[in-house]
Amino acid sequence: MSDTVDELVAGLFRSDARATARLITLVEDEAPEVARIQSAIRDRVGRAYRVGFTGPPGAGKSTLVAALAKHWVNDGESGRVARVSIVAVDPTSPFTGGALLGDRVRMTSLDPSVFIRSMANRGRLGGIAATTDGVCDVLDAYGSDWLLVETVGVGQSEVEIAECADVTVVVLTPGTGDSVQLLKAGLMEVAEIVVVNKADRPGADSLVAEIQSIVGMRPHSDVPMPIVSTVATENKGIDELAKTIEEYRTQQVSRGLLETRRKRNLRAKIQRLVEARLRREIWGGKGASEELDATVECILRKEETPWDASERIVKKWIR
Amino acid sequence: MKKKIRVLVCKPGLDGHDRGAKVIAAALRDAGMEVVYTGLRQTPEMIARAAVQEDVDVIGLSIHSGAHMTLFPRVLDLLKQAGATQILLTGGGIIPEDDMAALRKIGVGELFGPGTPMDKIVEYIRAEVPKRRTVGA
Amino acid sequence: MTDSKRGDDAKQAWRRRYDTEVAKVERETGSGASEERQPLYDREDLVANSDEESDIGYPGEYPFTRGPYSSMYRGKLWTMRQFSGFGTAADTNKRYKFLLERGQTGLSVAFDLPTLMGYDSDDPLAEGEVGYCGVAISSLADMELLFDDIPLERVSTSMTINSPAAILLAFYLAVAEKQGVPMSKLRGTLQNDILKEYIAQKEYLFPPAPSMRLVVDTMSFCQKSVPKWHAVSISGYQIREKGSTAVQELAFTLADGFAYVEAAIHAGMKVDDFAPQLSFFFDAHNDFFEEIAKFRAARRIWARHMRERFGAKDPKSWLLRFHTQTAGVSLMAQQPENNIVRVAYQALAGVLGGTQSLHTNAMDETLALPTAKSAKIALRTQQILAYETGVAEVIDPLGGSYFVEAITKKMEDGAEAYFKKIDELGGVIPAIEKGFFQREIEKASYDFQREMDAKKRIIVGVNGFVEDKPEPIEILKIDESVEQEQRKRLRHLREHRDRAAVKRSLDAVRQAARDGSNVMPSLLDAARAYATLGEIVKVFKQEFGEYLEPATF
Repeated sequence: MSDTVDELVAGLFRSDARATARLITLVEDEAPEVARIQSAIRDRVGRAYRVGFTGPPGAGKSTLVAALAKHWVNDGESGRVARVSIVAVDPTSPFTGGALLGDRVRMTSLDPSVFIRSMANRGRLGGIAATTDGVCDVLDAYGSDWLLVETVGVGQSEVEIAECADVTVVVLTPGTGDSVQLLKAGLMEVAEIVVVNKADRPGADSLVAEIQSIVGMRPHSDVPMPIVSTVATENKGIDELAKTIEEYRTQQVSRGLLETRRKRNLRAKIQRLVEARLRREIWGGKGASEELDATVECILRKEETPWDASERIVKKWIR
Repeated sequence: MKKKIRVLVCKPGLDGHDRGAKVIAAALRDAGMEVVYTGLRQTPEMIARAAVQEDVDVIGLSIHSGAHMTLFPRVLDLLKQAGATQILLTGGGIIPEDDMAALRKIGVGELFGPGTPMDKIVEYIRAEVPKRRTVGA
Repeated sequence: MTDSKRGDDAKQAWRRRYDTEVAKVERETGSGASEERQPLYDREDLVANSDEESDIGYPGEYPFTRGPYSSMYRGKLWTMRQFSGFGTAADTNKRYKFLLERGQTGLSVAFDLPTLMGYDSDDPLAEGEVGYCGVAISSLADMELLFDDIPLERVSTSMTINSPAAILLAFYLAVAEKQGVPMSKLRGTLQNDILKEYIAQKEYLFPPAPSMRLVVDTMSFCQKSVPKWHAVSISGYQIREKGSTAVQELAFTLADGFAYVEAAIHAGMKVDDFAPQLSFFFDAHNDFFEEIAKFRAARRIWARHMRERFGAKDPKSWLLRFHTQTAGVSLMAQQPENNIVRVAYQALAGVLGGTQSLHTNAMDETLALPTAKSAKIALRTQQILAYETGVAEVIDPLGGSYFVEAITKKMEDGAEAYFKKIDELGGVIPAIEKGFFQREIEKASYDFQREMDAKKRIIVGVNGFVEDKPEPIEILKIDESVEQEQRKRLRHLREHRDRAAVKRSLDAVRQAARDGSNVMPSLLDAARAYATLGEIVKVFKQEFGEYLEPATF
């Protein structure tokens, strides 16, 4: 049985899970069909509200995402059940290229209507995969009302999520010490809502206070940043977090900020695509690897400096 | 770019014997595959749904409860209903030879008993998946 | 020339001969242990690793390295306690009576998976697993059948159950009440060790905090009302079966033990009031001497911590007494008769390690429930050990062995290093929540599998000495009618009991769960009203929430 892109897209528009999943795979594998898929679905992209979640490992992001999904499925707008989809990103092993994607473990009790897709970051730093954004487009066209994206969470500065989400939620926990460090190291730049999860643990109040003081030091601190305390495992604070996100969205829409935000994201996306394409052109071509080896030898023989070599290679491609 | 092999490793049944499932998940990861692990106590419905959403090439079921003769056919049936018959359904556990033969007859792949070297399972998946890949434009 | 000088010279001479000889051959031991072991141990290792008085001492004396009792098996042989249960309560009742008529005095109840997971036999999730690997108990009515015509004041009953342990204990106490046996006369053990469920066996229901509270409630209730009952059996068996090393089994089990002691003290109990009621349960695996060392180290560590850290004054509080089961995970499906030999060596390690009771596995347990024949061979293995080999005549016969004392110390040091690590993580429960134990065990079991694949470890019949044509052995099949029968009985129960009384009793359980008072009295009332296991567990789930494991890799 072989599926054509047209058949799969037709399936996607009928909200068929299998067709949707296969399209996601094509996007994830950066298959030649991607351009056609993008143009076929573009009229349906833009309806879902995309919420990105980032934060250190062990912050309880999966549990929090699952709890929010449950909330929105049960609490659909205008009496209709909302469609919620989840994209969860995990790291690829740099040594083997393999990955263990374990986020579904914490999402087993979700309603069958929730579409969950696990992704490996396939070597991309920054918390998401190079194609996460494209995968989100497919799930958007699938008819999702809420699209929740969970980043890798290995404790590095996972800020790229901000470039493909409508709102970025930073999840922290008390008592780990690294939370505040991470905030200062860059997470604060992208945070629009901060969640203090596991707020029943000691140190929650002081963490909130610390976050408030850091928020106050932001260069554009005219907009107050919501800080919500939750205990996701016990479903505490989830209603409030959902309401906070909904209000944030309403604000964005009424002040025209959502459109600005999406334009900015689109700009970043084009840049990413161009960079990825260039990288493939330069390093993926025939003989590129051998040429690189030869250049290394040249440099070791002191015939060329690394700077000169890079100039020479770039000039070959750009005139 | 060479497509990654995606595998769903599942542990159905009420027991908590996830040792085999976790060892094989780690071995498949180390062999360069992307392994989706869904945790304990998965029903056939949950397994089939996850397999479809994740668009995996392979489902590996680790069964210790003795319920293999109901679980494998049930998952196979649900995959058929979802139109996802290209997925290879394989697995392991303590499964008598007669039952293995009966399951193969209805379309289940190779089943692996205890003590199977992990390499053998990796090789089997690598050989079997390309035969089943179907997406084309 | 002094004696020690002469000894040094002799040792060096031996070392030269040894090195020359092994240089000629290349041999893998296959046990995977050779890297950590010296080829020879001598007096130097003994002196370096133990003080004869404070570390080894005498049996029945602190720190009990040589045994918890002064006379050991000269006074009383270990209890041969074979774990059994299958099908309906009526089936198992017949088996129990058969065993009791043949002189057995201890019963050991194996429950089926739905019962262990708190589901009634008619729950959709129980489908296909009712009565399969143990007996199905959904209410007091089933428990009454299980012990029908068995006088509870005359047997000791061990119940292997954890998450819903308090409820099953209530069923048992209610049966005793109906028989007219006072609680003070009941003897037995409830496994009730929830921590190792999160760590290894994973048959958990509720989050750790309310689960610990249920354990402490049963401990405190038993201490006051059922004084001869062991409310918790702290179990390393399942940790080892999950693939841990011996040191991990030892360390994680004792760490769990300390956590229960801390929780009980925190709840206001006095250490000497409950510590003598704690008992332990270990695995006996293949690495013979290491297992013996593990048992000896366990006694010594427990005694030291109970006396020094928890300030226990009663010597009974210092004693670590344990049940041993041979390693189920070491049984191989290939050439299953070989398992008889494995079980015999493992049982010997348990006995040389000073166990108080022993379960020997049947050779076919990796394939199915044991047949009558294989179960008999398993029991006979213990009897041969006890009556033919002479190993029961001398107490701790390996005490003072250069090698065994050295690895006993090594086990103790390894365990202490883990205790430190667990403390740094904030204790046992925070370490569980961080996936620490789970990750350690998964790594150990993955390493073991890789060593097997690389043939650094040889398992006979599996990756060495393999036979192409398997010889099938006869295995036991469970009748599928068990499930239907259980469902019929439950439907009948639900139709004929006093519904108002059930509801009242469940409301009282909910109230106790909420207000923090001891749940046992309300559970007893619920048992008497024939509320089912599943109904009570549902109340607890609503009040306590459900636990999901952290994803660890």
